[in-house]
Amino acid sequence: MSIILNNISKSYDKVKALDDISFEVKPGELFGLIGPDGAGKTTLFRILTTLLIQDEGSASVAGYDVLKHYKDIRNHVGYMPGRFSLYQDLTVEENLNFFATIFGTTIAENYELIKDIYVQIEPFKNRRAGKLSGGMKQKLALCCALIHKPKVLFLDEPTTGVDPVSRKEFWEMLKRLQQKDITILVSTPYMDEAELCDRIALISDGKILEINTPEAIRTLFPKKIYKVRTSQIYQLIMDLRSYPETHSAYPFGEYLHFTPKTASFVAEDLEKYLIQREHRDIEVMETVATIEDTFMDLSRANELVNR
Amino acid sequence: MKRFIGFITKEFYHILRDRRSLFILFGMPIVQVMLFGFAITNEINNVDIAILDHSKDVNTKEIINKIAASKYFSIKGFISHEDEIESTFKKGKIKAVLNFEKDFSKNLVTQKKATVQILTDATDPNTANTISNYVGSILQKYQQELNRGLNIPYQIAPKTRMVFNPELKSVYMFVPGVMTIILMLVSAMMTSISITKEKELGTMEILLVSPLNPFQVIVGKVVPYILLSIINATVIILLSIFVFKMPVQGSLFLLGMESTLFIVNALSLGILISTISSTQQAAMMISLMGLMLPVILLSGFIFPISSMPLPLQMISNIIPAKWFIMILKGIMLKGVGLAYVWKETLILIGMTIFFIGLSVKKYKIRLE
Repeated sequence: MSIILNNISKSYDKVKALDDISFEVKPGELFGLIGPDGAGKTTLFRILTTLLIQDEGSASVAGYDVLKHYKDIRNHVGYMPGRFSLYQDLTVEENLNFFATIFGTTIAENYELIKDIYVQIEPFKNRRAGKLSGGMKQKLALCCALIHKPKVLFLDEPTTGVDPVSRKEFWEMLKRLQQKDITILVSTPYMDEAELCDRIALISDGKILEINTPEAIRTLFPKKIYKVRTSQIYQLIMDLRSYPETHSAYPFGEYLHFTPKTASFVAEDLEKYLIQREHRDIEVMETVATIEDTFMDLSRANELVNR
Repeated sequence: MKRFIGFITKEFYHILRDRRSLFILFGMPIVQVMLFGFAITNEINNVDIAILDHSKDVNTKEIINKIAASKYFSIKGFISHEDEIESTFKKGKIKAVLNFEKDFSKNLVTQKKATVQILTDATDPNTANTISNYVGSILQKYQQELNRGLNIPYQIAPKTRMVFNPELKSVYMFVPGVMTIILMLVSAMMTSISITKEKELGTMEILLVSPLNPFQVIVGKVVPYILLSIINATVIILLSIFVFKMPVQGSLFLLGMESTLFIVNALSLGILISTISSTQQAAMMISLMGLMLPVILLSGFIFPISSMPLPLQMISNIIPAKWFIMILKGIMLKGVGLAYVWKETLILIGMTIFFIGLSVKKYKIRLE
């Protein structure tokens, strides 16, 4: 196993950031940590990269224990923190060169590994890193995290604040890196990116809600789900929330996702109710659950349990 | 080693590309030396003094002429009686009164000795000291002229409460102080800022998750500043020699070694500050309040330690700058060797070891 976590817990003062987290990541796997801000993703990354010490439990990365063998881990992992953390006053090439040197290697030695990414920023290699666009910064940061050919790559929200095109490119790069036997643990608040992982862990309030393949997680959704739209979207939310048959209703793109309480629900009933409430251009269609739907459902259940 | 050199190269890029730090590094020493140098020179120029001459003979006339001719003093009045001295001082303009005894020339010839009383306005002890020293040196020169070719030399004795002290002979006393301030500023403040900058920008996180050990990171941070501080110390010494014509009496080698010791001491303080602060701003405030103020106020640079109240005198002992200034004054002005300043040197070495030990102990290998 590339990454193993056993019952990891971590608190800051009285806030429990991580609560009894256990999972394993296989060698060469692209594993996603999916959850909103404040779910505990960064804390988890910092424990695995030996920056923080867990309160309870044990963890290992690439076969090394995070406490006892932290120096070995620091030699063999690549880490890209959530915040852009390169030297802004150094040029692209100087940054890359610096990280290659401190890991005891050279750009030439591992050029093959970063080639695909580096060619895209190479035209700007004499530009200061602080003057790059968001997408290019991320590519440079990825190059720097990869330059020593790590066994495990930790990417903490690598695409936050990056435009959709660069995001897509970034994930394509991750897929290619996976072919080169690098285990990747990536976190993201974007549910659409979750689909691109081999397996994902849904995390909320420091707890793992579910671990599975994206597909399995989608089919996990227990109920029928409908997308609903009318001309007055705000009024629609209010009305759906006061509708007795509603299990949940939340905005999803330009639609509202609606799940009924009972299996016997039929769409016509809802349409009638909405007409009664003076909605126009009513659309009610059954749809396939996404990971986000599952996430919302699971975190709702989790909240109910906690109460 | 290659890693280490790579790290140092990176540090130099940081320093050379940041205009603000470049200014502090290289502009500040020059500006400060010039500022202090000329400010103090002006203070010594044209000090108003008054003369009380009881004998009015050839010798006193000659001495008065010599004093009037020097650019340091301008004679603003003659008084005829001791009673007038106090009121003259109370008016505030006159900083000193020269009181020639009765029968000055006669005493000089018959007893081979005559006395001048130098009364200085001691509300400003520094100026008072300097004035009495200046008058003293003029008298000494005159005495040398008189004694040319005489078997039994004449002696003109200046009577003053200030003990004649070669260190206070001239304007040069500011150089050790300024040098201390600048080395402290560059070494401690700049290092602490440069280390906390890595924390603030998040790059420390990446450096920690790398094979570089804390020792390499710290030493890598410090080495460029040692080099730059040595350059600074050299610039200051050159400026004082060539612009202010200050003679360095002692060994330049010893001066260099002692300066390096103080630089390392200041750097270890800088590292210590960086371990307890997490933002650049905090590091800067701690450096300014915790280091610069004591250096300026309590090191004996501006205010003589001997005239401080006892508690402050005791506090001044824990300020490395005090010892360094003592060493500098000794080497630069008195021309003494290590045999004379070994105690101060040992104290500085001890403090340095203590600070380094403390910062190694406080340095975090993780984020919290």
